[in-house]
Formats: sequence, C-alpha cells, structure tokens
Amino acid sequence: MAAFLAMGGYAAYVWPAYAITFIVLLGLGWTAYRAVKRQESALERLDAKVEEGRE
Amino acid sequence: MMFLANPVRFLRLADTLLPWFRWGALLALALGLYFGLFASPPDYQQGDTVRIMYVHVPAATMGEGVFVFMAIASIVALVWKHPLADLAAKAAAPIGAGFTALALVTGSLWGEPMWGTWWVWDARLTSVLVQFFLYLGYMALWQAFEDPAKAAKASSILAIVGVINVPIIKFSVDWWNTLHQPSSIFRSGGPSIDASMLVPFFIMMIAYALYFGWIFLWRLKAEVLARRVQTRRLRMMEA
Repeated sequence: MAAFLAMGGYAAYVWPAYAITFIVLLGLGWTAYRAVKRQESALERLDAKVEEGRE
Repeated sequence: MMFLANPVRFLRLADTLLPWFRWGALLALALGLYFGLFASPPDYQQGDTVRIMYVHVPAATMGEGVFVFMAIASIVALVWKHPLADLAAKAAAPIGAGFTALALVTGSLWGEPMWGTWWVWDARLTSVLVQFFLYLGYMALWQAFEDPAKAAKASSILAIVGVINVPIIKFSVDWWNTLHQPSSIFRSGGPSIDASMLVPFFIMMIAYALYFGWIFLWRLKAEVLARRVQTRRLRMMEA
C-alpha cells in the first residue's frame, strides 16, 4: 500500500494530477446540475403564478 | 438532426439518454481508474508518471474535440438556423474549457518531473493555452450582448474561426521542435505504446467522452428550459 501511494517517488505529481481532474470534473457536473434545477424551479414558480391568476 | 428542433422532443430524448451516459461514464471511470492506477505497469523511462497520461491525454483530446463540435454546431446554427444548434455550442463550451484547463494543469504536473519545468512556451503548450482563451472568449461573447440572437451569431463566428487552432495543436509536435513528445497513440501507423497502457488509456477516453455526454445533456437541457422560462415570462407580460 505504501509503495502504491509512493508512486515510485512521483507521488507529488501523480496524485495532484488525479485530484485536480476529480475536482474539475465534479465541479463541471455540479454546476450543470444546479443550472437544470434553477430553471426547473423558475418554471414551477411561473406555473404557480399562472394558477394564481386564474383563481 | 432536424427532428430535434422541437424542444419537447429534445427534452424527452435527453431524459431517455441521460441515465445511459451517467452509468456508462461512472462505470468507465471506475474501470479506467482501476486499470490506470493498479493494473498497468510503470513506464521503463517515465516510471509512474506515465499514469498522468490516463487523465492528461483524454482531457486534451476532449478539449480539442469539444471545440470541433462547437464549430460544427455553430455552422449548423448559422446556415440552417437549427434552433438548438447555438444552444448546443453554448452548453458545450464550459465543459471544453474545463477539459482544456485540465490538460494544461496535468501536463504541467507531468512536465516538471520529466522535463524539469512546469511550463515552456513551445508550440504545443502555447496553442493549447490559446484554445483555453478561445473558450473563455467564446463564453464572454455570449454574455456581451443584450440581444441573444446577436450573441449567438457573434459567438458562432468566433467558434468557426477559432477551430483553425485545433489542427495547429494536433500537428504542432510535427511542424515545430517541441519539448512536448509527438503523438504515440493517434498517429499514422498505429499506436506505439504497449497494450497494457493502451487499455487504461482507451477506457479513460471512453469515460471522458461519456462524461461529456452526460454533462452536456444536462447543460443543454438547462438552456432549453431557460428559453422556455423566457418565453413564458414574455407571454405573461403581454397577458
């Protein structure tokens, strides 16, 4: 396990490369997910307003 | 292509496709990490830094691929006025920018131990940096206009002109003397690296592509919904 983590002496380069990849991919996913949710709730609010107007 | 012009049909298709991309991407990522980190040997010259290749090359390839996709979508938008095409290009841009940034950073982390420097202004690194700025410029242009039709047109033109940079990136290692190594995978005559390294590489390539599909569909869905919100607001103001 220690040998694996050491990455043949290149741990300081290999692990940050994987970590930053993970962070950026996750960030891209999170912002996309938030964008969908934001528009969905905006639509819901508009629909609620239309309902109010009808009453 | 044209049947997707109907946003309702697009949303239905996106919701059908999304789980496939999601589970495909997660499965490929898990497999790719296993092969890349555990089940592949260190390189005889580069040692374990070769494992950076499995996150670096797919990021760089996707960064270029997404730009080509954006340029094609922009042509479709300008020539055939397909209503989803410019939204598709707009949705893809931040993902392509992210991939390109990853290519630059992971490349830097690979360059320091192998070349002895984080950065050189050689043709490959510089042209990839230019691509990153083209992405930023493209996204800024969308924000720069009040009128979305004008923004779409201006950014489409930027994408179509900017795609010239992609072949420059691709062939920079052949045309100029670069510190960056020439292609060992996507080259004429076939890959020059061992199968034990090609397996994790191709799995990661598939993982990145599927991940792009997943996130892209989400972003495009958000754009389509945003347009719907806009038209509904306008209709309410008229009523």
